[in-house]
Amino acid sequence: MFDRRFVKYFDWGLLGLILLIGLLGLVTLYSAVTSATPTPQKTLYFKQMIWYCIGIAGMVLSFLINYKSLYRWSPAIYAVCILLLIYVLMMGRCIAGARRWLILGPVSIQPSEIVKIAVIISLAKYYSKFADTSGFTLRELLIPLMLTIIPFMLIVKQPDLGTAMVILLIAGSMTVFVKIERRSLLYTITGCIITGPLVWFLLEDYQKERILTFINPDRDPLGAGYHIIQSKIAIGSGMIFGKGFLQGTQKALSFLPEQHTDFIFSVLAEEWGFVGSVFILFIFFVLIIWGLNIAYRCRDPFGTMLAVGITAMIFWHVFINVGMAMGLMPIVGVTLPFISYGGSSIVSTMICVGLLMSISMRRFLFE
Amino acid sequence: MGKYLKTADTVWYKQRLIRVMICVAGAFFILLLRLFYLQVVQGQELRRLSENNCIRLQSTDPFRGKIFDCNGTLLVDNRPAFDLSIILKDAKPVDRTIEKLAKLIDVPVSELMKKVENDKGVSSYKPILLKQDIGRDALAAVEVRKFDLPGIVLNVKPRRHYINRQSAAHLIGYLSEISSDELKSRKYSESKGGDFIGKFGVEKVFETFLKGKRGGRQVEVNVMGQVVKVLKTVDAHPGQNIYLTIEHTLQERAEALLEGVAGAVVAMDPETGNILVMASSPSFDQNAFVDGMSHKQWKSLISNPLRPMANKAIQGEYPPASTFKIITAIAGLEEGIIDEKTTMHCPGYYKYGNRIYRCWRRGGHGSVNIVKALTESCDVFFYQVGQKLGIDRLSFYAKACGLGSATGINLEDESGGLIPTADWKKRRTGISWQGGETLSVAIGQGYDLATPLQMLVLTSALANGGIRYKPLILKSVKTADDEIVIQNKRQIIGRLPASKKTLEIVKKGLWEVVHNPKGTGRIAYIKGIDISGKTGTAQVIGRKNDFDLSEKDLSDHFKAHAWFVAYAPSVDPQIAVAVLVEHGGHGSSAAAPIAREIIRTYLEKDEYNGA
Repeated sequence: MFDRRFVKYFDWGLLGLILLIGLLGLVTLYSAVTSATPTPQKTLYFKQMIWYCIGIAGMVLSFLINYKSLYRWSPAIYAVCILLLIYVLMMGRCIAGARRWLILGPVSIQPSEIVKIAVIISLAKYYSKFADTSGFTLRELLIPLMLTIIPFMLIVKQPDLGTAMVILLIAGSMTVFVKIERRSLLYTITGCIITGPLVWFLLEDYQKERILTFINPDRDPLGAGYHIIQSKIAIGSGMIFGKGFLQGTQKALSFLPEQHTDFIFSVLAEEWGFVGSVFILFIFFVLIIWGLNIAYRCRDPFGTMLAVGITAMIFWHVFINVGMAMGLMPIVGVTLPFISYGGSSIVSTMICVGLLMSISMRRFLFE
Repeated sequence: MGKYLKTADTVWYKQRLIRVMICVAGAFFILLLRLFYLQVVQGQELRRLSENNCIRLQSTDPFRGKIFDCNGTLLVDNRPAFDLSIILKDAKPVDRTIEKLAKLIDVPVSELMKKVENDKGVSSYKPILLKQDIGRDALAAVEVRKFDLPGIVLNVKPRRHYINRQSAAHLIGYLSEISSDELKSRKYSESKGGDFIGKFGVEKVFETFLKGKRGGRQVEVNVMGQVVKVLKTVDAHPGQNIYLTIEHTLQERAEALLEGVAGAVVAMDPETGNILVMASSPSFDQNAFVDGMSHKQWKSLISNPLRPMANKAIQGEYPPASTFKIITAIAGLEEGIIDEKTTMHCPGYYKYGNRIYRCWRRGGHGSVNIVKALTESCDVFFYQVGQKLGIDRLSFYAKACGLGSATGINLEDESGGLIPTADWKKRRTGISWQGGETLSVAIGQGYDLATPLQMLVLTSALANGGIRYKPLILKSVKTADDEIVIQNKRQIIGRLPASKKTLEIVKKGLWEVVHNPKGTGRIAYIKGIDISGKTGTAQVIGRKNDFDLSEKDLSDHFKAHAWFVAYAPSVDPQIAVAVLVEHGGHGSSAAAPIAREIIRTYLEKDEYNGA
């Protein structure tokens, strides 16, 4: 039976925000793929539209589901996702030296994107069940740690450092949010300080070099360092009002690596300038505050934790991606939600937004 | 929160959420500040750099490792070569620039324009290669008018230079431009189009040591595309140097001796397995592969009936002929079919079934024991030994002596030769083994096939008392700073299936081959050097494409292949040699003198060095 409150309490604002960002994303992607040399990758643009449609379907679906049923289903969802990760490691398609993709007929998907949701749901369940105001002790944190470390290791193995790092950051954010007990926090910090240097000495020279380059791309002036410089030039050259739609020059030379995925922000900033970049950052900011507000208004701890986890995911994606393009962050392959090209990313983010809507709307349907 | 209220309720969550929102606002503020810094504070400067794509990468090719012989004589070096490229975006206008350039370097405009057209559309900032390796005169001309030629780039690129033309070409191999298929493969993931990679021989096998690591620089260029500032430099790492086991002087001697004939000479140190010489004739010019050759040149190389591109020492498969009698002798002695006293009568032929099998000497050898049979290479003696052994026992010994399978030398495409068994023939042809075929196999004819290298390893094992060492071509690998990376050590791959006594008897036979006035290898005798050896004369069976040849060629074509395997000195041997001359006629006349000269050159030089 259709409940009229569905319409009344539907979160129209969130939908509006998502559609606005999606639109901006499509416009930017159009520019990024149109002038790419040597061969314009226009097909990517149409593929992305299809992904948006699939994403919207996923959003509607996850919105219709009562998020509370996820509480019960979370172990099953988690198990399936881990199995998918193991499967992809063994049987997945190898593209550019990484085993991330699972081939399903005409499309290839990245299970690691869905795993993020599974980890959020599992942690939300655990934390909402056991949270108290004094915070979690180390022993209590053992299970969340396992829940995070297993997918983390499997994704590192692919290797997909960006996604693995995002999972770690989401889990960390949720954990800090539910509070770690003071003494446990102290132990953790001192423990890290002691073991850190020890691990460092155990590493091989080339591994150290890789980590140092990761932290400071300038160490690799012909690779990552050069990409950062090109990205900074692209962003900076946009100046206040930008060069105008389709007028960016840096991306036209394909000196921006991965311009339609990881470095799409540079394309946007070059063409729309400071004004446009601030606008898009502002919309993302509003989206994140919106998500936190949903958590704020939700009266169910599980719903709150779920909303916090999802919002943390969006936040870290935006912060790392934009920070990386501006040379504030190490270079890792992390997408800018709704804007970067990538089916799995779009669909999984849309599913998350659907969950947010579900939480938002059901805040009044309590008990 | 009071201590009495421990449950996390909505109020508690709300309090924490407020803090989270403040953190998020802080994070976005940082992004905003950075954005302001880049787009407003630095905007002007970065806009300037974005025009004309001012910051560019230029790669520096590493120096490929050099190749030396075992004494440190340089065999392969790099020389600087200058490549001309054009960057279309900088060359304004392109036509005029090309015209001017064409005049300077004396190349038709159309040829240069064709290259530009071919690569157009890749990226107007990517250099398009116009002409590789321009000469010194052209270089000077271009250098002087540099400012008149916007967008023209001169790149110094190290080029491979093979110092001794055609020498050890098959062993060392050559470089040539990477193909599009190779570019896609993971093995060459660090390479890019236009790179030269090892395609054959040592250059290919030791590619990972030799290639080095590419470097590059980040530079700022002006509107003309000329470098105004070098921002960052990553030095190219030179490749590691390779020291081969061969001796350059001996190698050249072998090549001189093979001049004008098709064949191979291989020599090794019997105590280590180090290959001292590996020569295959005719040879080819390695520099032609680096500098580029015409389609016609390439065609003539691969269609030459003497197969200059094949390394006959490891790829040529020939009937081992009488050199195989070493194995038949070992098998006969070990299986107790003969001993040193066993004598047989050779009337010049041997009747088996209703067929007559001839000895090479029509008149026969009379009464023959094993030593005499080896000395005079009596076929009839070995027919009988072979017949008593049977094919399977005989091939067991041949395989244990290393025939029928590759020696495992670190070079590509080594042939394994062939040693037949009754089973093999049945499977291969469907016809059962015929007893008479065993007789052919016993004297190294019939299905038997061996490479000169296999015969060398066998001879070398005989010389050192029965140990088969893996033939080595790599002596050591050193860094550009002369630090040793790898020092190769001898490796045992097997032992001859023979007792000490058996070996003594066979070795006595081989000594007599050279020292007895009636020995087939008497021609290899020199005063003062104690050589032992064995001749072989391999009958040639017609090949499929024989009808392509003229009458004169045809008669040459059916001439036997000449073998000689030898070692010296007979006691404490220092060198083992295998020589094969295609269609050389008798082993004694065509191959033995070459082996003798190699041994003489090697041992006399040793004496000279020792004094």
